[in-house]
Amino acid sequence: MRVMAQVAMVMNLDKCIGCHTCSVTCKQTWTNRDGTEYVWFNNVETKPGIGYPKYHEDQQRWRGGWVLDRRGKLKLRSGGKVKRLLSLFANPNLPSIDDYYEPITYDYDTLLTAPAGPHTPVIRPKSALTGNDTSITWGANWEDDLGGAPEHAPGDPNIAAMPPQAAEKVRFSFEQTFMFHLPRICEHCLNPACVSACPSGAMFKREEDGIVLVDQDRCRGWRMCVSACPYKKVYLNHTTGKAEKCTFCFPRIENGQPTVCAETCVGRLRYIGLVLYDADKVTAAASVPNEQDLLDAQRDAFLDPHDPEVIAAARDEGIPDDWVEAAQRSPVYALAVKHRVALPLHPEYRTMPMVWYVPPLSPVLDAVTDANGDNTDPDQVFHAITDLRIPMEYLASLFSAGDADVVAGVLMKLSAMRGYMRARTLDGTVADNLLAATGMSADDMESLYRLLAIARYEERY
Amino acid sequence: MPDDAQTPRRYFRRADVSADGHTLHQIDSSQWEHFYRDRWSHDKVVRSTHGVNCTGSCSWQVFVKDGLITWEHQATDYPSVGPDSPEYEPRGCPRGASFSWYTYSPSRVRYPYVRGVLLEMWREAKQRLGDPVAAWQEITGDPERARTYKRARGKGGFVRASWEEATEIIAAAHVATTKNYGPDRVVGFTPIPAMSMASFAAGTRYHSLIGGTLLSFYDWYADLPIASPQVWGDQTDVPESADWWNSSYLVMWGSNIPVTRTPDAHFMTEARYKGTKVVAVSPDYADNVKFADDWLAPHPGTDGALAMAMGHVVLTEFFRDRQVPYFDNYVRRYTDLPFLVTLTERGGGYQADKFLTAADLGHDDEHAAFKTVLFDDTTGEPVVPNGSLGHRWSESGKGTWNLDLGETDPALTLYSWADEHVAVELPRFDEGATEGGATLRRGVPALRIGDELVTTVFDLLMAQYGVVREELPGDWPTSYDDASQPYTPAWAEEITSVPAATTARIAREFARNAERSEGRSMIAMGAGTNHWFHSDTIYRAFLSLVMLTGCQGRNGGGWAHYVGQEKARPITGMQHLAFGFDWQRPTRHMAGTAFWYLATDQWRYEGFRADELTSPLGRGTLRGKSFADCNAQAARLGWLPSHPTFNRNPLDVTNDAQAAGHSVAEHIVAQLKSGELGFAADDPDDPANFPRALTVWRANLLGSSGKGNEYFLRHLLGTDAAVRSEETPPEGRPVDVTWRDNAPEGKLDLLTSIDFRMTSTGLFADIVLPAATWYEKHDLSTTDMHPYVHAFNPAIAPPWQARSDYDAFLGIADAFSTLAADHLGTRTDVLAVPLPHDTPDELALPGGRVRDWRHGECDPVPGKTMPKLVTIKRDYAAIGAKMRAIGPLLDTLGTTTKGITYDVGPELAYLRSQNGVRDAGEHTRRPSLANAEHMCEAILALSATTNGRLAAQGFRTLEQRTGTKLADLADENEGKRITFEDTKKGPQPVITSPEWSGSETGGRRYSAFVINVERDKPWHTLTGRQQFFVDHDWITELGEQLPVYRPPLHMGRHFGGQEIGGQAEVTVRYLTPHSKWSIHSEYQDNAHMLALSRGGPDIWLSEQDAAKIGVADNDWIEAYNRNGVVAARAVVSHRMPEGTVYMYHAKDRNVNVPLAELSGKRGGVHNSLTRLLLKPTHLIGGYGQFTYAFNYYGPTGNQRDEMTVIRRRNQEVTY
Repeated sequence: MRVMAQVAMVMNLDKCIGCHTCSVTCKQTWTNRDGTEYVWFNNVETKPGIGYPKYHEDQQRWRGGWVLDRRGKLKLRSGGKVKRLLSLFANPNLPSIDDYYEPITYDYDTLLTAPAGPHTPVIRPKSALTGNDTSITWGANWEDDLGGAPEHAPGDPNIAAMPPQAAEKVRFSFEQTFMFHLPRICEHCLNPACVSACPSGAMFKREEDGIVLVDQDRCRGWRMCVSACPYKKVYLNHTTGKAEKCTFCFPRIENGQPTVCAETCVGRLRYIGLVLYDADKVTAAASVPNEQDLLDAQRDAFLDPHDPEVIAAARDEGIPDDWVEAAQRSPVYALAVKHRVALPLHPEYRTMPMVWYVPPLSPVLDAVTDANGDNTDPDQVFHAITDLRIPMEYLASLFSAGDADVVAGVLMKLSAMRGYMRARTLDGTVADNLLAATGMSADDMESLYRLLAIARYEERY
Repeated sequence: MPDDAQTPRRYFRRADVSADGHTLHQIDSSQWEHFYRDRWSHDKVVRSTHGVNCTGSCSWQVFVKDGLITWEHQATDYPSVGPDSPEYEPRGCPRGASFSWYTYSPSRVRYPYVRGVLLEMWREAKQRLGDPVAAWQEITGDPERARTYKRARGKGGFVRASWEEATEIIAAAHVATTKNYGPDRVVGFTPIPAMSMASFAAGTRYHSLIGGTLLSFYDWYADLPIASPQVWGDQTDVPESADWWNSSYLVMWGSNIPVTRTPDAHFMTEARYKGTKVVAVSPDYADNVKFADDWLAPHPGTDGALAMAMGHVVLTEFFRDRQVPYFDNYVRRYTDLPFLVTLTERGGGYQADKFLTAADLGHDDEHAAFKTVLFDDTTGEPVVPNGSLGHRWSESGKGTWNLDLGETDPALTLYSWADEHVAVELPRFDEGATEGGATLRRGVPALRIGDELVTTVFDLLMAQYGVVREELPGDWPTSYDDASQPYTPAWAEEITSVPAATTARIAREFARNAERSEGRSMIAMGAGTNHWFHSDTIYRAFLSLVMLTGCQGRNGGGWAHYVGQEKARPITGMQHLAFGFDWQRPTRHMAGTAFWYLATDQWRYEGFRADELTSPLGRGTLRGKSFADCNAQAARLGWLPSHPTFNRNPLDVTNDAQAAGHSVAEHIVAQLKSGELGFAADDPDDPANFPRALTVWRANLLGSSGKGNEYFLRHLLGTDAAVRSEETPPEGRPVDVTWRDNAPEGKLDLLTSIDFRMTSTGLFADIVLPAATWYEKHDLSTTDMHPYVHAFNPAIAPPWQARSDYDAFLGIADAFSTLAADHLGTRTDVLAVPLPHDTPDELALPGGRVRDWRHGECDPVPGKTMPKLVTIKRDYAAIGAKMRAIGPLLDTLGTTTKGITYDVGPELAYLRSQNGVRDAGEHTRRPSLANAEHMCEAILALSATTNGRLAAQGFRTLEQRTGTKLADLADENEGKRITFEDTKKGPQPVITSPEWSGSETGGRRYSAFVINVERDKPWHTLTGRQQFFVDHDWITELGEQLPVYRPPLHMGRHFGGQEIGGQAEVTVRYLTPHSKWSIHSEYQDNAHMLALSRGGPDIWLSEQDAAKIGVADNDWIEAYNRNGVVAARAVVSHRMPEGTVYMYHAKDRNVNVPLAELSGKRGGVHNSLTRLLLKPTHLIGGYGQFTYAFNYYGPTGNQRDEMTVIRRRNQEVTY
């Protein structure tokens, strides 16, 4: 056992209001400068949708992440060292600016300086790259709230990954509309493909907290990291010619402050915490043959911070006591391991991502039919989770390598928690049936409720 | 997270490659990391907030480095709301997070600008004439020159000027206008004081001191829920957002909380985990729908039908089939349901007429005509209970204005007492040849008391909602499934498309939850349901639901109206200083919608008249009247203000009176009677009656709020406009208001914009003054979303030549005073003041029976049958000095808010010490208001929410009137005072005060009318209760005595088809919901928001509508109707319902707007397709809760009933 500490995040998508405040505060703080106009360390996507950059989840196209070779060993999907060396100068798996979007500026001062003329002055879009007049045809958040979805969203790779009979249920019609928002930052993976792919040794994972960074001195701009990252969360600064990415706000983290995106999240859905893991288990956990076993394997690599053996081993590794304490009260550990309601994004990429998500409940019935509502008992106000608008299989293709039962289990817990708390709030009664159905104790229920609902600042970070 | 700052960075360990060779851990630290560390480092953090356009009132940390603002993050140090609730932190949104972009934006207004063509004329004339006022008179008096500079408005050509020169032009225009036309022709427009009180007050104080006209905004924006004063006698009072958490059944009805209440949306998402059911009612799959357990998608504008059907279910199941003790007790005590209403026979049937009053019983005690009557279920006798309006304003009513019923047991229904069952005629608007609808007949139990046949409001309500009881005559639905009769769920399904069973289920759940939780069912409602012509009927149907189920005045329950959150919590200090009530009372408050309707000549383009709206049950009171006629009548009867007031300079009117040896009032009454003097509202196109100078600050009138934008451009400004409408043909024109054949263009001589952004208002203004941003000045902010007071603080000094609004108006006031010394001196002004709310003037119109002196129905008596006439002496040379000092009236008159007067002597003494003193004219040692900090300090000191001494005093005063215990509500805070310095340090929780109706005492969450329900304090209505029934004549005329469904206006019927044809077109409902990427027009020009949206104007439409006209996502399209043209991109989405498009509010014309194909002009703003329509019932006054107060009552600038035609345009756009 080799104990290492990782700073990790959980986002509760069931609370995300899709406001993009995280994107703006991150942008203002970190990438509001030359060369990174098109770069959003943090962005928020509307699902279903093709995302930013376009189709980033389509690894057939971009060849990011890891696969198992014929002998069951991990290899980068983009190929071995030799192949990657040969394609250094012509990397075919690199998104172009059009796959992101052409950043735009405007001739703002026209509003003040326009000479007398026949028409009201107006500012018009200019390419931020060339300065020329341009026409806006795509953007950083083009698909927000399903804008243009009938045209684009059927190309969402997650729909293609669904079982055909389930995929048929995803119709882009008013009556069956569903959506949710997916905020994304760098995953700071335990098994980062970007680090492995870097020919310059410029990318690294910080030993003390696992933050993945690009050494700006060593980076030679080969962009193999951009291709290898299956989340497309490494970007090329086109002014410096170097890769840049989310730094997990390390200058803040080092001072005990949460990341900008987390602290400014008005949905209060982001949690940051330390997790301890066994570094010796990482390779094996990322190499389990069945993709649907990856989640459990990854959870198994996490260490129980209350276990005396783990604490002793952590001490041996030089991890300070206050870090162990932080791991013990880590909301990430609680949500991912204890309550098992947080899931990794695309575990099948085998990078062992360290930003996990509570899937959205989206408990809305059909808008135009009276499906399944209980018209006889007005005290039964909630619908069964089988009525959810978001197809379970769609969530499964994002968070559990297609295993819908895993997603159903999480949604069942959230749903049961609502019913349990409703009984407690209205009548002071304890809904034993809901405890039994989920295998949760009353204490579990209360602690999950406090973590998700009350969500105090000190408990989120 | 480890929270110490000594995280052991292990810099000096060498690189460590993982065993599998995949991962490189830790290398030696290098210089490169410093880039990120440096970027994060900063010199200071300053707390401020965001002021205009948003009243979210979030606390922000503004980061400053090297003297420059870098960015902003939310503060997280809100005071706790308790251990079992989520906290407020971190409040903010993406718009606010991008605000600092403006500080150094290339489009920031850095210097004063004047349009070159005007500036040249000015410089030449001033040099030649030597006198700025003469120069202005000459330029504006020369039709050729005036036309030249007015035609140039909105077409570029600005030239830099100095502050001195720009303010001199403004002052010259204001002095010349005051001198030649009257001070009421100098107009100021700025909205919502709560979002930056000192900045608001700077300009309103200036205008008040000179006698200018101040325009309301809340009604004009259509954010004022007219139903609130109708039902409660209160403008708007709602729960803070943390109270959503206390709800166990939350309906979001036309309120897209994640987008429009972004900082607080988490209370909704989190309440779900506590077991709260959440329902969304929205025509599209909006951002909030994804959180809802049920989604009801009624057709736009039919929400009232849905709510009426829900009311039908609640009355059937919780009042008829079964009685719920909690509901039963609540409605008897706190609503007018048990009150008696007279029934009069007319045309062979009966109609509900008026509340039975003590006067009808033959009582002759003080104000008996304003004491309503109920029926005692035990004694079988009529009873005059405490608490009605007659008790509020009578000497004998002291100690009895309360809701204590004593031994009285009010009968909800007369069913078991009835002498007879009477069929009553009721209005319906779901059918009929006109907007006035048709009628139906349903029975009520009735009883004869004296000469009157009466029933209860409850019995009428049961009939109105169609809840049948045995033996009652009339036409009743057979079941919920009977679609032929209003207001069954099946009937509603045909109108709304919401399945009947769903409607019934949600209604049942809502009421059952209220029963189980004792009133913790809540409806959060918003612009989606409020911006309709008949929004008051929609809202009354909503409010009925929360009142029937005992949810109003309960934490976690009731209505939660969040549109244009207006709550200036320190209201008393704010309004007395902002409107100069320390120097003179009152001021020229004006109803914004009525003003713009006349000033922009939209009244000349009507397609129908007011009588189109009247019910067949009406008595013909409005027959033949246009909307302008109704407005003129409301003005002359003293219901609504009307400024400019007379067709003559009021300063000259007082001179004339003096010359004639009459009192001013006598003189005016005589001249009005003889016709020698007229109201400006009777002839708005007479050049004597034009508004002449308009200053807009903290607002974007022409790119955001100005409904009927193209009419503004044509008639008010006299420049190019894309109006496509014909004028009203002769047979449809006003009968009282004068029609002049040539509509004026360019009424306004001077438009001034004070802003840091270059909006349409700036682009069309004659003068643009550079304003400080909210990170560059001191100010105060509050909201109804949370109970804290926030400060604005300067992170940097205003850069370039920017100045705070406060300093800008001090400069204008000084320039004005200098010029006025010669041109004006001291003059006497006369104000025509409508009968104000929360005063004894509410007793002017017994029974709400309308009498018009012009038609000989009564004498013109100021303050009774016509406006009050109040003279004010104005020393025009002393305006600048008065701006800077608190005047002497506070010493003698104190302050008054909502009928309660406060002695503020100790506060004035405090302010003398705290702010220092100044002299103003003959008044010496007055507390200083010389800068914005002084103003903030004074506002806080003079308000009961921020000064516990005043809160306690106010409650003690109120106790004398109510005779109930109230003062304990402020006991805990009597010694507490919030200073401006406190607010700089962090958000400060306010004190429970009689200025508002809720209670924060003991750390409670604020919820409206908690004090009324818990302390038996009456509402400010006729009955003192929450009213289902209202009986002003004009309301009866429109068939709106009771909650009722009125559909959206049939625009096609009134204005005809508007398609040009020649290519594929589709006519659709045109809605302008609040945007995700802007707060009104603010931020829609911000680079970050443009990057996250589609980078310019767009219109969302359904796949089906897009297919009909061959439009793909992102195609350029044009939307047009009779009002104008818009060019925009299409956003095609299946989340939109067929037949409805959204152009999010407010897309200005300054970003990426090409020339429109149809007009050849810049492609318009969202309001290029809208236009004003006045609802006559919004004009009424003189009676109970139907009395005027600024932003409390008045016609709304509704716009959602509009339709537009959409077509694809040439994709090669030109700019």
